[in-house]
Amino acid sequence: MLELRNVSRRVDGELHIDDVSLQLQRGELNILLGPTLSGKTSLMRLMAGLDQPDSGDILFDGNSVLGVPVQQRNVAMVYQQFINYPTLSVYENIASPLRVARLAKEEIEKRVNEVASLLQLTPMLQRKPSELSGGQQQRVALARAMVKRAELVLLDEPLANLDYKLREELRSELPSLFAEQGAVLVYATTEPMEALALGGSTACLHEGWVAQFGPTLGIFKRPKLLQAAKVFSDPPLNMASLTLESGTFSMPAANGTRQNLSLGDKNLPESTSSEFVMGIRPHHLTLERCSENDFELEARIDVTEFSGSESFIHFEFDQQAWVALVHGVVDAPIGSTLKFFADPNKAFIFDAANHNSLYQ
Amino acid sequence: MANIELQNIAHQYGSGQNSPGQNSPDENIPYALKNMNELWQDGGAYALLGPSGCGKTTLLNIISGLLQPSEGRVLFDGLDVTGLSPEQRNIAQVFQFPVVYDTLTVAQNLAFPLRNRKLPKQQIEARVAEVLKLLGMTDRAGQRAHSLSADDKQKISLGRGLVRTDVNAILFDEPLTVIDPHLKWQLRTELKKIHQQFQHTMIYVTHDQTEALTFADKVIVMYEGAVVQIGTPQELFEHPAHTFVGKFIGSPGMNVMQVDLHGTSARLGDAEIQLPKSYESAVSEEEGAASSGFKQKVELGIRPEHLSLLPTGPDELRADIVGIEDVGKHIVVRAKVQGQGIDVIVKEGVGIPESPYLSLTPEKLNVYQNSYLVQGQPR
Amino acid sequence: MKTQNNKAWFFVSPVLLLVALSAIIPLMTVVNYSVQDSFGNNEFFWVGTEWFQEILNSERFHNALQRTLLFSGLVLLIEIPLGIAIALAMPKRGIGVSVCLVLMALPLLIPWNVVGTIWQVFGRVDIGLLGYGLSSLGFDYNYTQDIFDAWVTLIVMDVWHWTSLVVLLCYSGLVSIPEVYYQAARIDGASRWSVFRFIQLPKIKRVLLIAVLLRFMDSFMIYTEPFVVTGGGPGNSTTFLSIDLVQMAVGQFDLGPAAAMSLIYFLIILLVCWVFYTVMTNYDQQQGGQN
Repeated sequence: MLELRNVSRRVDGELHIDDVSLQLQRGELNILLGPTLSGKTSLMRLMAGLDQPDSGDILFDGNSVLGVPVQQRNVAMVYQQFINYPTLSVYENIASPLRVARLAKEEIEKRVNEVASLLQLTPMLQRKPSELSGGQQQRVALARAMVKRAELVLLDEPLANLDYKLREELRSELPSLFAEQGAVLVYATTEPMEALALGGSTACLHEGWVAQFGPTLGIFKRPKLLQAAKVFSDPPLNMASLTLESGTFSMPAANGTRQNLSLGDKNLPESTSSEFVMGIRPHHLTLERCSENDFELEARIDVTEFSGSESFIHFEFDQQAWVALVHGVVDAPIGSTLKFFADPNKAFIFDAANHNSLYQ
Repeated sequence: MANIELQNIAHQYGSGQNSPGQNSPDENIPYALKNMNELWQDGGAYALLGPSGCGKTTLLNIISGLLQPSEGRVLFDGLDVTGLSPEQRNIAQVFQFPVVYDTLTVAQNLAFPLRNRKLPKQQIEARVAEVLKLLGMTDRAGQRAHSLSADDKQKISLGRGLVRTDVNAILFDEPLTVIDPHLKWQLRTELKKIHQQFQHTMIYVTHDQTEALTFADKVIVMYEGAVVQIGTPQELFEHPAHTFVGKFIGSPGMNVMQVDLHGTSARLGDAEIQLPKSYESAVSEEEGAASSGFKQKVELGIRPEHLSLLPTGPDELRADIVGIEDVGKHIVVRAKVQGQGIDVIVKEGVGIPESPYLSLTPEKLNVYQNSYLVQGQPR
Repeated sequence: MKTQNNKAWFFVSPVLLLVALSAIIPLMTVVNYSVQDSFGNNEFFWVGTEWFQEILNSERFHNALQRTLLFSGLVLLIEIPLGIAIALAMPKRGIGVSVCLVLMALPLLIPWNVVGTIWQVFGRVDIGLLGYGLSSLGFDYNYTQDIFDAWVTLIVMDVWHWTSLVVLLCYSGLVSIPEVYYQAARIDGASRWSVFRFIQLPKIKRVLLIAVLLRFMDSFMIYTEPFVVTGGGPGNSTTFLSIDLVQMAVGQFDLGPAAAMSLIYFLIILLVCWVFYTVMTNYDQQQGGQN
C-alpha cells in the first residue's frame, strides 16, 4: 500500500499540493482525476520520488520512503509522450531496466518475450521506435514499465496522445495487463469517462487538493462535495441556485417565477444556510414528464448537437450554461423553446457555503 | 464563402513535385491520398474523420494550399486554385498546437491577420471586439499572449481563424486536442453556434467521432488515404457503408458478427435471426461464387444501442457476460453469444438479468458482404 | 529534505584543484602585486590603492579603454545583425545544412594567432591579395601607416573570424521553431518582416542574448589578433586595453600598475556583463512572466 500523509508542496510560492492524504491499495487501479494543473503530475512525481514534499510523509507498505532517491525505489512510470530510447530496438528498449538490474541473459529474454506477447509486440521486437505507430510506441513504453515488475506503477495520461479508437482499445486492455503483478497502480487522466470505464478507485483532484477519494462509480453517483461532482462530469454538470424557505427548497422556473423541489420522503437537512446549489447530470433531463414530482424548466435553445444516437441540447438556465442529453434526433432550431423535466431525487444538492452534499 | 471542389486529387509524398497536379505517379511510393472527387457546398460544416495516418491532414493541407497535390486540381467556386498559395486562396486555418505571437497582446494577435490585409483601423477594432466577446476574453485584451495558459492560447488561435469575415473557408486541424474536457465542450459548442450564425464553410479534421458527429452537417470518413463514406451523422450511425465505419463510429462501435446468409435469415452459430429484408441476390452471388471457388465473407452489423438483454429467450441466444462497464448514463455489457463477442448497452436503471438472453431489433440490422453494406429487397 | 548525492563532490574535486592552480592562485598573485611596490631585489612594500588611483587617473588608460569600447561596439553592431541574417538564409533541411554548417564552423577552428597572421599577410600591399588588389584599384591602403585602414582591417578580420559563432547560435534557435508557426503566419498573410519580428526574433531571443554576451566579452578582451596584425600601431591607434596591459607588464615591467590595471579590466567586464544580463532578463520578465 502507498500512503500519503498530509503531503504539501510549494513551487515558487504557489501551493501545488495542498495537504493531501491518500491510501492507495495494491492490485487495483487508483485513478487521479482532474483538469490540467490540478496537481496530478505533481502528485505522481512525489510518489515516484522525483520531487520531495515540503511537509508530510510518504509511506510504502508502512515504511517511510522520504529521502530515498528514485533509483532505489521500485517504481515504473509511463508518460503521455511516447518515451522510448530512439537508438535502441524495441527488444533492447524493453530489456533496458533489466540490464541495469544486471539480470541473467536467459531471464531477460524470458521476461521480454513474455511481456512482448502480452502487448502484441512480438513481430516488432527488432524494429526501432521511430518505425512504429503511436499506439505501438506507447505499448513499448508500457512493456518497459511492466517488465520491471515494479511495486509501484505510475501512468501519467498514457493514452492522451492516441487516437480515440486506439485509446478505447488500450484502455480495455490496461487493467488486465497489470493485474497479475499485484503492484500499486496509479493512473492520471483528465477525462471522467475514462475513469468510469477503468473502474477501481478514484481521487478527484481540484486545485491541488483531493475533493473525494473512493470507488469510482460511488463518487460518480454520490459525490460528497460540489468540486468532486464538477470534476467528475462530462458533459459539465448543470447547476442552479436553490433557496430554502419554510422547509422547502425552491428553484427558478419559467418567466421569473419559482417552483418547489419535492424531495419525497427525504428529511430536510439540519443546516443553518439558506443558499444551496443544485447539480443535475445532463442525461437526467428528459423531454417528457415522467412523474408528478418532476421539476420543469422551459428554456430558449442555444444550439443542438447530434452525435449519432443522442442529441445534446444547449440552453441557458438560471444564468448558467446547461446541456441536456436526450435520446434520438431532436430537431430544435436556435431560438425555439423547449420544456425539460427531471426527477428531483436524481439531483445533487450542495450547501453553497461549504460545498458539502446534503444527501449521501 | 465558396464551393470547394476536388478533381482527381491524389497525393504521394516524395514524388517529385515539379508542377502541382501534373506528376506521373511513382509506382513504388504509397499514396497518402488515393484518387478522389468531391464537391463541398458553400456554407456547410464538414468533418474529416479517421484514425491517424488516414490522410485527413494531408487532404486539409491540400485544400488550404500548404501542400501541393501530386495529382489533380482544387477549385474554389469553379476557379482553379491548385497553384495558389494559402494567402492567395483566402482561407483561415487553425492548428492542433496553439500558435500565438508571444510578443503581442491578445487583441493584437487577433488583429494581426486583418492588419496584414490593410483593413481600415475602425473596422479592425470592431471585429476584434466582436471576436473577443465570442471567446469570453474581453477582459484580457491587453494581456501579452506569452503568459497565457495553453487553453487560452488555443482560443486565441481559434479567434485568429475566425476574425476574417471574408474567408472562403475556415479549416481546423484537430484544434481541441490539447484542451481539457470541460473547455472542449464549451469551445465545440461555440464553434457550432458560430457556424449557425455566420454560415462559413468550415472543415474540421479529427479522430474523435463525438467531435465530428456533433459539429458537422456532413462527415467524411477516411481510412488509409481513401474516402470510405460521406453522410450525415445519422446516416453514418444507422447505415454505415463499411464495417470500418460501423466500428469507428459509436462508443462502443458496431457489433460485427460472422454469419451464414440464407435469403431472409442469417445463421449465427446455432441461432437463426430473421432479417427485415430479403438478400436473395446476395445469396445467389454467394452460391455462384462458392461454385467458382471464391469465398465471400458475410457479416451482420448491429449497434449496441439497438440490443437488449432479457431474462428469457431462446437458448441459442444466451449471453455469457464477460465484462461490465458502468459509465454513469448507461452500462456497457460485454458478452459472448454463440462464441462471438457482442457489446450491449443497457440504460441506467434497467437491470441486467441473472441469465440474460440477447434480443435485437431486426430493423436495425445491417448486412455486410466483404465488409461492404449490402442493400436488401423488401420481403 | 534534500537527497543530494554526495559522491558528486568527489568527482568534481580534481577539476576544482586544477581551477585553483591555474586560475585562482595566479589571480591572488595579481591582487598581491596590485597593492605593493618594490625597489627591486624582491623587496615589496604595501602601497594600498595607489596603483589603482594612478591607473584610473592616467590618460593612457582612458584612451586605451575608449579604443577598446569603440572596437567592441563596432564589432557587435556588425556581427549580430549579420549573423542573424546569415542564419536566416541558411537552409533548414537537406544536404545544404551540413555544407553550410561546416563552412560556418571553419573560421572558428583556426588558432587565433594564425588568424592574425593570415590577415597580416592578406593586407600587405606587396604580397597580400587584399592589399595588392586595393592598391592596384587605386586605393591608398596601408594598415601599418594609416589609422583608418588599420581599424578597418582589424574589424573586418574580427567579423570574418567570429560572425560564425553568432550564426551557429542563432541557427540552432531558428531550427527549433515548429513548422506550424510559419504555416500559420502564411495563412495570416504576414510579410517576411512580420514573420521575423513576431515569430523568429522572440524565439531566438535567448540564444541571441548569449551570443551578444560572448561576443562582447571576447571582443573587449581581444589580444592575439590585433597584436599579430598591427602590434598596437600605427602609433598607439590600435592599442587596446589588453595590449596596453601587456606592454606595461612585460615591456616596462611595471608589475604594480599592470596588476592594478588587470583587476580594473576584470571588474569592468564583470560589471558590464552583469548589468547587461540583469537588464535583459528583467526586460524578458516584463514581457510576460514565465519562460
